[in-house]
Amino acid sequence: MSEADTIYKTDALIAEDIDAYLETHQHKSLLRFITCGSVDDGKSTLIGRLLYDSKMIFEDQLEALQADSKRVGTQGQEIDFALLVDGLAAEREQGITIDVAYRFFATEKRKFIVADCPGHEQYTRNMVTGASTADLAILLVDARKGVIVQTRRHAYLAHLIGVKNIVLAVNKMDLIDYDQDRYNAICDDFRAFVREAGISENFTSIPISGLAGDNITSRSANTPWYGGTTLMEHLETVELNNTDEQNKAFRLPVQWVNRPNLDFRGFSGLISTGSVKPGDAIRVLPSGKTSTVTKIVTLEGELEEAVAGQSVTVCFADEVDCSRGNVIATADNPPEVSDQFETTIVWMDDDPLHVGRSYWLKLGTQMVSATVQQPKYTVNVNTMEHLAAKTLELNAIGIAEIATDKPIVFEPYTKSRALGGFILIDKITNRTVGAGMLHFSLRRAQNVHWQATDIGREEHANLKNQKPRVLWFTGLSGSGKSTIANEVEKRLNLMNRHTFLLDGDNVRHGLNKDLGFTEADRIENIRRVGEVAKLMTDAGLIVLTAFISPFRAERDMVRAMMPEGEFVEIFVDTPLEVAEERDVKGLYKKARSGALKNFTGIDSPYEAPLNPEIRVNTVEMTAAEAAEHIIRLLMPLK
Amino acid sequence: MTRILTHLERLEAESIHIMREVVAESERPVMLYSVGKDSAVMLHLARKAFYPSPPPFPLLHVDTTWKFQDMYKLRDQMAKESGMELLVYQNQEAKDRGINPFDHGPLHTDMWKTEGLKMALDHYGFDAAFGGARRDEEKSRAKERIFSFRTATHGWDPKNQRPELWNLYNARKTKGESIRIFPISNWTELDIWQYIHLNDIPIVPLYFSAKRPTYEYQGQIFMADDIERLERVMGKRPEITERSIRFRTLGCFPLTGAVESNATTLPEVIQEMLLTTTSERQGRVIDKDGGDASMEKKKQEGYF
Repeated sequence: MSEADTIYKTDALIAEDIDAYLETHQHKSLLRFITCGSVDDGKSTLIGRLLYDSKMIFEDQLEALQADSKRVGTQGQEIDFALLVDGLAAEREQGITIDVAYRFFATEKRKFIVADCPGHEQYTRNMVTGASTADLAILLVDARKGVIVQTRRHAYLAHLIGVKNIVLAVNKMDLIDYDQDRYNAICDDFRAFVREAGISENFTSIPISGLAGDNITSRSANTPWYGGTTLMEHLETVELNNTDEQNKAFRLPVQWVNRPNLDFRGFSGLISTGSVKPGDAIRVLPSGKTSTVTKIVTLEGELEEAVAGQSVTVCFADEVDCSRGNVIATADNPPEVSDQFETTIVWMDDDPLHVGRSYWLKLGTQMVSATVQQPKYTVNVNTMEHLAAKTLELNAIGIAEIATDKPIVFEPYTKSRALGGFILIDKITNRTVGAGMLHFSLRRAQNVHWQATDIGREEHANLKNQKPRVLWFTGLSGSGKSTIANEVEKRLNLMNRHTFLLDGDNVRHGLNKDLGFTEADRIENIRRVGEVAKLMTDAGLIVLTAFISPFRAERDMVRAMMPEGEFVEIFVDTPLEVAEERDVKGLYKKARSGALKNFTGIDSPYEAPLNPEIRVNTVEMTAAEAAEHIIRLLMPLK
Repeated sequence: MTRILTHLERLEAESIHIMREVVAESERPVMLYSVGKDSAVMLHLARKAFYPSPPPFPLLHVDTTWKFQDMYKLRDQMAKESGMELLVYQNQEAKDRGINPFDHGPLHTDMWKTEGLKMALDHYGFDAAFGGARRDEEKSRAKERIFSFRTATHGWDPKNQRPELWNLYNARKTKGESIRIFPISNWTELDIWQYIHLNDIPIVPLYFSAKRPTYEYQGQIFMADDIERLERVMGKRPEITERSIRFRTLGCFPLTGAVESNATTLPEVIQEMLLTTTSERQGRVIDKDGGDASMEKKKQEGYF
């Protein structure tokens, strides 16, 4: 090994002034990244090259490497860098990488931790594992093959797990004679895919050769047309995520209560976001109790401030109940608490997901029992298609609802990895069977347990030979909702369909007789009707509802409760003057006279649907014609 | 106001987080303490993690009786200083059979360390043991999880490791299983030295160069820490030469090769390490017996 190669270690400074060298190196930052690529894309070679060029390989290792290269290497008499990183004997025999491996190197500016992720399909879980802690992902592409299915998969997975920066490293440029056009074509191809898949992360592309060393640590003379940075320069200068985290609201998931004696009670944990100072008002979740931070304690003395990424112990002014699993947060901006969520889950076990079975869910320092509902769909990671699924198999990625046995403190994953990322653990084998990301809470936490039953909505619907749906009629009072809904139900009944009509006025005589017409009551009215309609669709029915339901947000809330495609919004479009002229119940007259308050269209707004599934114009159509029109658009009913 | 944490601050926070998770989720944790520089850092991190409480677990030294005298001295001193209980375990069978590094080769490591460790963990009923292994040490370590599960017979199954995402560790175990936890997995040798330097952590003086009695054995320089005992076991008194030597790694004195050096301060040690051209495990005989997959094989058998 020539000493001149070792540009990333300033031997001169080390030799002349070690104290100065140590001083610079104590202020280095840390970047964690992953490398992904398929078998033969040259991933191990690239990492081997990075280690070699930053002088992380010692002579004895190099000797062993040279010997190995000749014996089992794939590069003839040349050094096979891949052998440096293919660690397990089983892998070397097969010439592939079977598990995530972590590598380390450092330059003047940064220390790097590399998660080396295998590329084969069956190891999606490894890539997700490696990406979960990464600030950046290098996607390796073989310049001869261009963007292939695996490249798309890796880009999608990196995006899914929230890796902020993506580098497309077009490798093996030496094998295509450093062809600029070919390189540009590959980049265009990838750009098109990224756009189509909605991947919004920063993306940079670099033409390299891991084997020949082009554009790894020094600009290559073989690619004079390339004006960008080398791979190493990019890694050294790309912005770090952990500063973003400090600007968010303060969160400290409590790991352990420190109580050496009766005079000291501290709460220990890793600050996930934000920062904290003595004197800050805090709130303990889920209890909601508040107090003030008195001190931040460390072995080396008390801190004036602590920030995201630091492990600390804090003390409060009051004796507030706080234990492992609780989250200490800034008092005026605490995280949410809920027990039902929409999530994305990556399944990581050979034994598939058992819908309704109780698993351990670990999120931050909270451990609760959780059941997963049948996935709404799974994502084909190669085509991004949404597929119907009853369960999740190994390496499947699905969207599913989760219910926990008690409320947990959380934040959406996009806001906080620490309070939005979770793992699922099998209660019998104790294996980590899945990992997931919480998106949002489905309902206000009510402490209601979800009972898994054997006969589900699908069985109910099959027996009735129909697809359950909610036909949600919305429109002004007197627009003709109830009349048209009634006509539609009659027709469905004649077609041997099982239906039920929930009418606004009728519901208010019973279920909702405690509700008035204030905005809050109207929202609650719609929420209850939505829940009832959902139960009825679970029972397999086609539900027709006729409610003014004036607010978009509430209609969307009900839509979100239903599986995709089951909520059919029908806008009964009647202009106010027409409805007012009809005034079947004499209500407009009362409202105009002031005898009736909060009347939609008069002194309370109606927000018309922006994009309803069906729209009927009652000025142009009779009720019967409107019903026929709706039935036509609903076909097929199964 | 934001500030960028240095790499050492991030590593420290991660290690402390790991230790607290283990204490919160296991019943009988223990810290394996081998008195080397990695153990020194690990112990310091434990004291930071639980301050003002002492670390809520004992230190366990699996002793081979062949460690350097300076190591035994520092071990006892550190236990006292940290307020932790120190447990020393020696494999009685190895003791009875007089297993030593000269007559028994690889069996020495196997009986004293591998078997000794398993017996100690079983004897005390520990279900979680902290170890100071680092991923940069050796290729099979690079693939080991931070929470590494061992079967009831202490075996490691590299193909059946639990995925570790974010900083969520699954510490649940089935009856009979135990966990080895490596809180300094992501530290490199340079990180360790820098941290020791920054925090003034006490280490065994053997890491610093001094004039010491040495002998050569199979082409490497060793320190004659106990000449009488060496003579007894080797059958003859080795030829002793005084040399300026130090150690990059510490184990059993007849198995740990010394390097000739003039580095007497930490910066000089770091300087030498940075300018050196051989890896730190090179002085250890253990990785070489058994060929390529030596460490991987040892770990499958239960070695740390």
